[in-house]
Amino acid sequence: MLYLKKEDYEKMLKHCREGLPNEACGLIGGVVEGDKRTIKKVYLLTNIDQSNEHFSMDPKEQLEAVKDMRANGLTLLGNFHSHPESPSRPSEEDKRLAYDSKVNYLILSLMDNDNPVLNAFWIDEEKNVTKEELVIE
Amino acid sequence: MTITVAGEKKEISDGTTVTKLIADENVENPEYVTVTVNDEFVTRDNFDTTVLKENDTVEFLYFMGGGAY
Repeated sequence: MLYLKKEDYEKMLKHCREGLPNEACGLIGGVVEGDKRTIKKVYLLTNIDQSNEHFSMDPKEQLEAVKDMRANGLTLLGNFHSHPESPSRPSEEDKRLAYDSKVNYLILSLMDNDNPVLNAFWIDEEKNVTKEELVIE
Repeated sequence: MTITVAGEKKEISDGTTVTKLIADENVENPEYVTVTVNDEFVTRDNFDTTVLKENDTVEFLYFMGGGAY
């Protein structure tokens, strides 16, 4: 189960809305205690593709985020990105480019901007998708 | 020789290249990993020729991207 603080959800949502019409992205760091994965910090990164259909994280920002997590005793729990015009589920491209099966992939759909939908997933090496229960509290 | 890999101290043998370290660390999907040594990005073409030195700090980063369709 993945836990996300309400304020961090709002931060993520604001970043994704401000990124419109393009996809926005970021990383999540936190702690793992058994099956409980708790997000402690959300990192807002730049989508260097500047596209409404594709994203690539800025590798330099990615490195800085990973170093910050380490300095704060956090683990990379996963990443998030927005789907401005499509549902909150991994696309074929998302699955193809999911190279790390040990992290969660969060997708925030803004296809209905007034009713955003955030889901978390696992994508394994065979590209099988499993939904992770996400608790926003 | 001691280096730091993803925040952990590791002992490696002299002459270890980035390519060898990727293999030794059993990095998942190595063809898609980005490597930094002391915060400098190492291009894939240089993985075979980049020899690690005492106290180097290495990070493995996965390309993270996707699309809507």
